Amino acid sequence: MAAEQVEFELVSPEKLLLSEPVAMVVVPGADGDFGVLPRHAPLISSLRIGVISVYRDKRNEVSEKIFVDGGFAEVTPQRCTVLAEQAVRLGEIDRAKVEQELKDAREDLSDASGETERKAAERSVARLEGMLDALARA
Amino acid sequence: MASLKDLRNRISSVKSTQKITSAMKMVAAAKLRRAQEQAEMARPYAERMSRMLGSVADSVVAGQGPKLLVGTGSEQVHLVVVATADRGLCGGFNSSIVRDAKRLVDELRGQGREVKILCVGRKGRDQLRRTHGELIVETIEDVNKPYPSFEGADGIAEKIRRMFDAGEFDVCTLIYARFKSAISQIVTRQQLIPFASGEPEETEEQAEQALPAGAVYDYEPSEEAILAELLPRNLSVQIFRALLENNASEQGARMTAMDNATRNAGEMIDKLTLQYNRSRQAAITTELIEIISAVEAM
Repeated sequence: MAAEQVEFELVSPEKLLLSEPVAMVVVPGADGDFGVLPRHAPLISSLRIGVISVYRDKRNEVSEKIFVDGGFAEVTPQRCTVLAEQAVRLGEIDRAKVEQELKDAREDLSDASGETERKAAERSVARLEGMLDALARA
Repeated sequence: MASLKDLRNRISSVKSTQKITSAMKMVAAAKLRRAQEQAEMARPYAERMSRMLGSVADSVVAGQGPKLLVGTGSEQVHLVVVATADRGLCGGFNSSIVRDAKRLVDELRGQGREVKILCVGRKGRDQLRRTHGELIVETIEDVNKPYPSFEGADGIAEKIRRMFDAGEFDVCTLIYARFKSAISQIVTRQQLIPFASGEPEETEEQAEQALPAGAVYDYEPSEEAILAELLPRNLSVQIFRALLENNASEQGARMTAMDNATRNAGEMIDKLTLQYNRSRQAAITTELIEIISAVEAM
């Protein structure tokens, strides 16, 4: 059977990261992970911090794991478009660096004085924690 | 008439000017390549974002929804965001943006609206300060250092959102130069708040990829929640895109301007060298005549 495929696109503000037909993607939706197969019902969802799993050729074999720090996904029967502000392949994350950054970010959070500063710091702590969490599970 | 020494000095000063302009041209060309690449990379995101937002916005019942989408219901106070470069020496780039901004401001004031100006970039502020100084509420500088970043754009968007939430304006328009080629930049006005959907350039692709009529999206978690997240994000993205386009336009304009300057300096040098040689010969001839007539007189 010639398997149907989904056009998967992953876009960040800086560039188009990925654009290829895949068998299935699993996306971390705000209300829980969901898998996208061909002929999925049209859906727009916001994403939480988490990992996108790409199943390129077969539906039971993960070919790529990509970390995203939230964003949006648009699903149509033929396509799945993910807009993420930051997206990194899991294999490219340097654990020691992330741990260091997380330490710095936590310090920033405790030093933060203004409302906006605190929010920014909270966001980066959440992002870095999510990154470590994803690494731990990989 | 200028003495030989004066001419020599002139020639050497024009020569060093030419060296500077041709170096600037080279630098601008290198930066242009980078900026253009960046602007092109950012396009897919902005396009998909506005397509997604467009389809969400379509399903919202008219007159309902967040204020960022439908506006405050009034059009009394306008905020004009003027995005220019921080540096000069790039031909008519800054002036043409400022000129358009002035025209828009005067139009709006003619209709009895209140106008506030937010300058992004030092040059815009410098040029607007003289005529419209009392309208400038804030200036943001150095967003493009070392290159435009999404964080920088997000910062500007955050500022605008806060002003909007505080009810300081009703409509927000952004003015920037869209990059077409190194010799042509188009000054563009874009309405940011309330959200205006549809960008004329990409309708074709949009139509092709849009859902068949009647198809309705599911929303997760809910339409309102998505809109509430998508709208502010979209603002940042649109500003980011404008900054990138502006940056590419600036480098393009500078490259062209510096190319012209280099060429003009070359012409100037030729002219001065000719004049210098003529006067030198004239001086020699005069001296010869003096010697000969002195000999003849003896």
